[in-house]
Parts: sequence; C-alpha cells; structure tokens
Amino acid sequence: MVAGQIRIEDVVKIFRHHDGQETRALSGIDFTVEAGEFVSLIGPSGCGKSTLLRLIAGLEEANSGALYLDGQKITRPDAQRGLVFQNPYLFPWLTVQANVSFGLKARKVYREKKDEVKKFLHLVGLKDFGQVYPHQLSGGMAQRASLARALINRPRVLLLDEPLGALDAFTRMNMQDEILRIRQEEQITMIMVTHDVDEAIYLSDRIVIMTPGPAKIETVKKVPFPRPRARSYPDFLRLRSDILNILNFGGHLEEPPYQI
Amino acid sequence: MDRLKQWRPLGAIILALALDKYLPDSSQHPPVEEPYLTYALILLALIFGLAPLSRRFSAAFSEKIKEKADFYAVFFLFLNLWNVVTKKYCLLPAIFFPNPDRILSVLVEDYHYLFVDCLGSSAKLLLLGFVSGAAVGLLTGIAVGFSKKAAYWVNPIIRILGPMPPTAWIPIVLVAFPSTFQGAVFLIALSVWFPTTIMTASGILNVQNAFFEVASTLGAGRSYQIFHVGIPAAMPFIFIGIFTGACASFITLMTAEMVGVKNGIGWYINWQRQMLSYANVYAGLIIIALSFYSLITLLFKMRDHVLVWQKGVIKW
Ligand SMILES: Nc1ncnc2c1ncn2[C@@H]1O[C@H](COP(=O)(O)OP(=O)(O)OP(=O)(O)O)[C@@H](O)[C@H]1O
Ligand SMILES: [Mg+2]
Repeated sequence: MVAGQIRIEDVVKIFRHHDGQETRALSGIDFTVEAGEFVSLIGPSGCGKSTLLRLIAGLEEANSGALYLDGQKITRPDAQRGLVFQNPYLFPWLTVQANVSFGLKARKVYREKKDEVKKFLHLVGLKDFGQVYPHQLSGGMAQRASLARALINRPRVLLLDEPLGALDAFTRMNMQDEILRIRQEEQITMIMVTHDVDEAIYLSDRIVIMTPGPAKIETVKKVPFPRPRARSYPDFLRLRSDILNILNFGGHLEEPPYQI
Repeated sequence: MDRLKQWRPLGAIILALALDKYLPDSSQHPPVEEPYLTYALILLALIFGLAPLSRRFSAAFSEKIKEKADFYAVFFLFLNLWNVVTKKYCLLPAIFFPNPDRILSVLVEDYHYLFVDCLGSSAKLLLLGFVSGAAVGLLTGIAVGFSKKAAYWVNPIIRILGPMPPTAWIPIVLVAFPSTFQGAVFLIALSVWFPTTIMTASGILNVQNAFFEVASTLGAGRSYQIFHVGIPAAMPFIFIGIFTGACASFITLMTAEMVGVKNGIGWYINWQRQMLSYANVYAGLIIIALSFYSLITLLFKMRDHVLVWQKGVIKW
C-alpha cells in the first residue's frame, strides 16, 4: 500500500478575534485525498485554503471534526506532513545546505542520511549554492531551496501553499515541471493551494473548488488527462473555462470567437 | 595629490619633532629623566614613514594607514599643539595639565604597577562580572522569551530593578558582601545582566512565528526550536544587549573602583587625583581608553563572525 492518504472529516474552523467576533474560516469540509494523489485547492481569497492546509499540517486545531493521515489522527505538526509556504522562510542564519539539512538534524538522522543533502540540492538545481546564505538567492532559488528542505524528510504528504505565487511566469512553469518530476520520483501525496487555474490543471489529478463565506467545497473536478500535459490542448482549455465559470470569472464569449 | 596624502602623518610628526627640539621649554614643568616624547615621535615616524613603502609586504596595513592618513595627521598636530601649549609656553596650569613627556614617563616608569597590578585587577573584576552577568542575562532572557510562566515572575523584577543604575546599590553591596571585590563583581554582573536579559527576551519574542512553524513541520521538537531557531534568530538583538551591557559594565567598574575596591585602574586614578599627580591620572585615563577600545573592538569582531549571515557582504 502506498502511504499518504489524508482524510478530512467534517472539519469546522472558527477563529475568535480579540473583540469577541468570530470568523468561520471552514464550515464542514469533508474530503479525502488518496495516497499519491495530486490535489489542488482553488478559490477566492480569504475562503480558508491556507487554513485547511495549516489544519492538515497540524499548525491549527479544528473546532469540530477531525483529520487523519493514513487513519491516524492529526494532532500536531510532524515531519510526515511537510509544508511549503508562499514565502520560502529559509532560516537566514543558515547556509542553503544547512537549511536543507535542518529536518535531518532536527530528527537526529543527519549522520546516516548526510548524502541526501547533496542529492536534494541537486534535485532542485542548487548543487553549487550549498555554502551560500539565503539573502544571496533569487526568489525562485529560495523557493526551490525551501522545497528541498521540505522534501528531504521524505514526507508522506507535501502541502504547498501558493509556493509559486511570487515567481515570474517562466520560473513558475519550470518549477511546475520540477514539482511533477519530484513527485514521480518520490511518490508523495501533494496538496497545493493556487490561484492559477492553468497551474492547477497542469499539475493535478483533482481540483477542489472552494466558495467563501462560510467556506465550503463547491465542486471537485477530475483532471483525466495523461501527463505530460499540453497547456493548449483543447480539453485543457475547456476544463479551464469550466472552472473559471464556476469561479464567476468566465466572461462572455460571443459567437464567432475573436479573430486573432 | 593622492600620492602625497599618505605622507601627511609623517609631515605632522616631523613638525612635532622640530618644534619640540627648537622651541625653548617653559621652566614651570618639572623635567623628566628621558625625552620620551622624542622617542615616541621617532618610533611613529618610522611606522608612518615605512607604511607607504611596506605595500609589498602588507598591503592591508599600508592601505589602512593610507585611508586614515588625514585622521592621523590631525591627531599628531593636536599632540603637537598640546606639547607647545604645555611644555613650551605653559599656557595652562602645569599641575592639572602635564606635558606629554611627563605622561609618557609615568607610563614607562610605572609600567609594571600600572599594567600588571592595576590593569590586572580591573581586568579580573570586569571579566568575572561581565561573564557571569552575560551568562545569567542570556538564561533569564531565554526563559522570559520562551516561557509565559517565567515572564510572569521575572518581568516585574526586570521592570523595577532594571532601570536602576547598579551603582545605586553600592551602599548595600558594601555591607552585604564579605569583600568589596565580590560586591563589585556582583554590581558589574548586574549592569550586564539587565540589557542582556531585555534584548535576549525581546529578540526571541520578535522572531517571526513562521520560523517556528516551519521548524515544527520539519520535525523539530520544542528544545530544538529554542536552540536552533529562537536563539540564532535573536542573535542580532542579543549582541545589542551585550554591547549595551559592556558599556554599562565599564561605568560600574570605574565607579566601584573609585568608591570601594582598593585596587584597579579606577582606584589608581582616584588616588593619584587626591595626590594631585595629574600626569598619573592622564596615564590611567589613556590606559582605560585603550583597554575599553580593544574590548569593544573584540566584541565587534566576534559579532561580525557570528552574524556573517546578516551582513550581506560575504562572497563565495
Ligand atoms: N490566525 C487567524 N486569526 C483570525 N482569523 C484568521 C486567522 N487565520 C485566518 N483567519 C481568517 O480565516 C479566513 C480564511 O483565511 P485563509 O488564510 O485560510 O484564506 P485563504 O483562502 O488562504 O486566502 P488567500 O487566498 O488570500 O491566501 C479569513 O477570513 C481570515 O481572516
Ligand atoms: Mg492563503
């Protein structure tokens, strides 16, 4: 059995503010991500995507309902569930290599697994930058380093919160391919928050579309195309406009279409 | 023009030598056994005369002297002015404003007493107080930064005792400790403890929570997060605390020696002042300036070493 199934069971998350007001960030999310699956979360800003990832990571507690990794209840953060933020949050006082080694050292397995560090630096294309401090990296390089830092623990699940949001379009497409390649090699379940519909279709097995206030799952779309996918494939574009319509960004397409 | 610049200090030194030699001495300044100023100037002339030529052996040294050439030149002119005002024309009361020769003679002739006995005693006091104060300050700062309970109990103490000048405790310390030496160590430790604690705690509280979250999703437990995230991230703050503490400890050291401890460079200055031996007072002040300057420089070097990641100048 491939490990890495996430079961989200009727999860409700309410934030209480200082002034006694409440924000219902998630109201009754029920969903299962199968082991080895790539699932994207997409939805308007503030609808609770990050909150859901943080719950899976164990950084927040649900007010009701529960989350499970391979049947085991999630109660706190763990190296089994890696998280990559939109901001790479590399530790500025450590070199890139030391940043990537952090998880191994924290789990006291560094001695046996030292060679992994080189391997993962290589995997994300930073093998010549091990001795460099984070402030010397470009945005894309920093994000790749933070990906390597999360991957080196070989988590069963990798949670990605808009990891490519801050990157330019070309770096972004390169990174998408990189993520796919890593997933193929490492067989990790991946759950990714994104605002980019193309990115979601290009990467995912399924796309979860969320609605705001109170946050719920609106629709789950299967992406049945084989990989590698072509971004201009007609089915790709049809699915894209489907999703944009659900999100109310479809616009109007008059017949006949514009002449280019 | 630029080539001439590096010779300016030498010019100032030669001017000083010439004036010292050819102007007549005032009779009001007591004579010294040896022309110490002349010796010192000749030594300096050698250094600043050879530095521009030493480029081949030590480029860094020669470059540094060149960069600061104007500063040194002005400094030597000032020394010269002082010599002329005191030794040559005696424009200021000779007893309070001794000439450079007399101060140098104290430094040379009382060398052993000043540098070994007095400076040694001060160094011992400062070192014991500084190290214990910084260590306890780090520990309390870390405790307050990471534990709500520690903050609850320690914060009020810090708020009340912290702003008090440690020297205000002298009357109590003098009777509460078996020896003034121990009392002084305590006071110095206290003056380092406060800023170190405050800056360590606020440094830790200022660490972005995201760093702890990242660490916890990478499998770091509580203590690993404290020692490998909280403390390194707070290092820039901790160093500010230690610097402030070091400066406070210098003040406390001097005061303690002047009013209680019967030894050390501060005590020496006070004693010589009472005997109206102002040449010795100036000698003491010069020693203090040089020692504290060296200590602060050392601290800066340590900081640069620990905080390379912050400076952004390191090349690979
Ligand atoms: N720590 C918190 N305290 C209070 N409210 C919070 C907290 N974290 C999130 N919220 C609220 O929960 C809601 C969902 O936030 P969340 O960050 O999950 O949205 P998101 O879908 O990730 O948005 P975006 O796409 O802009 O990142 C928002 O209304 C937000 O104000
Ligand atoms: Mg978000």
